Amino acid sequence: MSTITSEELSATTLLRFATAGSVDDGKSTLVGRLLHDSKSILTDQLEAVERVSASRGQDAPDLALLTDGLRAEREQGITIDVAYRYFATPRRRFILADTPGHVQYTRNMVTGASTAELTVILVDARNGVVEQTRRHAAIAALLRVPHVVLAVNKMDLVEYRESVFAQIAEEFTAYASELGVPEVTAIPISALAGDNVVDPSANMDWYGGPTFLEHLETVPVSHDLAHCHARLPVQYVIRPQTAEHPDYRGYAGQIAAGTFHVGEAVTVLPSGRTSTISGIDLLGRPVDAAWTTQSVTVLLSDDIDISRGDLIVPTKDAPATTQDVEATVCHVADQPLTVGHRVLIKHGTRTVKAIVKDIPSRLTLDDLSLHPHPGQLVANDIGRVKIRTSEPLPVDSYADSRRTGSFILIDPADGTTLTAGMVGESFAAPEPVKDESDDDGWDF
Amino acid sequence: MTTTVAKAEEGTASPYALSHLDSLESEAVHIFREVAGEFENPVILFSGGKDSIVMLHLALKAFAPAPVPFSLLHVDTGHNFPEVLEYRDRVVDAHGLRLHVASVQDYIDRGTLRERPDGTRNPLQTLPLTEKIQSEKFDAVFGGGRRDEEKARAKERVFSLRDEFSQWDPRRQRPELWNLYNGRHAPGEHVRVFPLSNWTELDVWQYIAREGIELPEIYFAHDREVFRRGGMWLTAGEWGGPKDGETVEKRLVRYRTVGDMSCTGAVDSDAVTLDDVIAEIAASRLTERGATRADDKMSEAAMEDRKREGYF
Repeated sequence: MSTITSEELSATTLLRFATAGSVDDGKSTLVGRLLHDSKSILTDQLEAVERVSASRGQDAPDLALLTDGLRAEREQGITIDVAYRYFATPRRRFILADTPGHVQYTRNMVTGASTAELTVILVDARNGVVEQTRRHAAIAALLRVPHVVLAVNKMDLVEYRESVFAQIAEEFTAYASELGVPEVTAIPISALAGDNVVDPSANMDWYGGPTFLEHLETVPVSHDLAHCHARLPVQYVIRPQTAEHPDYRGYAGQIAAGTFHVGEAVTVLPSGRTSTISGIDLLGRPVDAAWTTQSVTVLLSDDIDISRGDLIVPTKDAPATTQDVEATVCHVADQPLTVGHRVLIKHGTRTVKAIVKDIPSRLTLDDLSLHPHPGQLVANDIGRVKIRTSEPLPVDSYADSRRTGSFILIDPADGTTLTAGMVGESFAAPEPVKDESDDDGWDF
Repeated sequence: MTTTVAKAEEGTASPYALSHLDSLESEAVHIFREVAGEFENPVILFSGGKDSIVMLHLALKAFAPAPVPFSLLHVDTGHNFPEVLEYRDRVVDAHGLRLHVASVQDYIDRGTLRERPDGTRNPLQTLPLTEKIQSEKFDAVFGGGRRDEEKARAKERVFSLRDEFSQWDPRRQRPELWNLYNGRHAPGEHVRVFPLSNWTELDVWQYIAREGIELPEIYFAHDREVFRRGGMWLTAGEWGGPKDGETVEKRLVRYRTVGDMSCTGAVDSDAVTLDDVIAEIAASRLTERGATRADDKMSEAAMEDRKREGYF
């Protein structure tokens, strides 16, 4: 056992990732092996799982019990809700959103993918790319998850043959790139036997890439920020009004995208007022520049009217404001979303009234077919909506900025979170698929 | 684990990549500021335990140089470690904070709550907590709960809606996407907010070390008069121990969690510094609740049941 000093551990980065898989593709086994081999399952947890598994007559410990924390989940033997698991290696800290395969599938995977930098899609090497694989790929593409891993599992059951892996990897990568997925890493594994999960496989000499865990440990977690639009949604105005700080007025928020510099000319939206950044306070430390996803307090050289809900952006790179938002949405509530529905829209730190003007189409994820004018969206539906807002919003395209291109719709009557929305086109590729409603004028 | 620690490598070496502690800190600060922006009367649950101490530290950073715009609430079981109460009062003083106390002892004295046969007061905290939230009209209540602590907590949202009885219904939780938290609630309802949701025990300790946060001494190894009950070392005291057959002995121990004296166990430890503690936790093969909390051993769903009733 090594001794790791606090300083070394503090130097690690954090990767948020999500797993997707259907019931029998070995997702629990993969996650279990990852946690077990990285020594993240502790003795008392494993004992509890073994005890319960044995009392149910199961031969091996059912690792799903580790996070099936609710009585209803244990009673029914199913996972109802996204489970978050936490583990670390000396290189990195991980937050895994483990999304269940059956109940509320789409809603849960969309939720897990919304904050993920990487999505793992599992396929069974014997079955290859199936309908559900295509659905998972479509959600990863819709949510613009930067990295997709295709884990071709159960290689032991196809004699570890390279040709099987190569054919599946090729078919999946072609499909994913049609959807605009920027990067696919295919890894042949056997979660059960441990091949290429943590340790390199002795059975697949032909594979020269990283193991699953190595890939998780080294995949980049931040991107070329120079090309990102800088965005700071104002959460709160800090005004101490004390003897020590009589005139301090700082705009507090978490940088949603890009980089801000002291001395930079900025515009405040939606008002359009302009000023210059005179200081950036990074939680008690003055800095010259700050970037996503740091929480900062920004000071401006002019005393202008700014409040919660405003968006600070570089003057040279300001988004247009609009009252007409077109987006792809995933409906997450049990009550349907209908045309004419009066809702609240929360975008960044701003919440305003809005009305659903139109639902032009609903998308079937299995084959990406479109159903024009469905009239309503029910739970787990993906569709296109047109929304009219009561005030102008500075929305970005979700493709450009996951944080300032996303929103939720809220029921004003009971506060339910109704719908998760992504502004702009659904997929990155211009004409990825043909559908039966070409004349509808909507392309997904 | 391997014996070498790989520093950030090619691919992860971007100058813009935040360390995991910076990411978690930024996320927690964002959560505090969202609540300050959207709620009228938030309160931080403050027990003097390490998680609530870290919460307060984050809140102080989030609003500096202005004061924290929240008050503190301590649910006092009457079985507190004196070192922790002393720490609490010192912190409240130092930062000019307002402290509310909901006292389990008052409820027992009035006859509203009855002492349990096992002397444990942890489950008795729910009623005083709920009534204090109602009487003070708190609309957001920060808790230090972490998802890695316990599997019912693993299903908890960052913003968790509670009805007027403080009840939690895990099947009716709102999906949480991106960092768009939904704090809408009806009059009488409130939202429990968990800024440390994504932190692990090790993260909390590393952050304490990095920030130089002071803790009550009972978190570090010291000689203490303890006795064995239910597989744990409990502190002898007026609250109800030791009883017949249980013998007191002096051991070198520390606390991994701080709660009610009657159900919080000490662990054998010689960790006297923060680095010792971090090394001990990194090597530990038991979860902190498994090692130290009698209340979670009662049943498979002990935490879920208490949470449904309005517990922290």
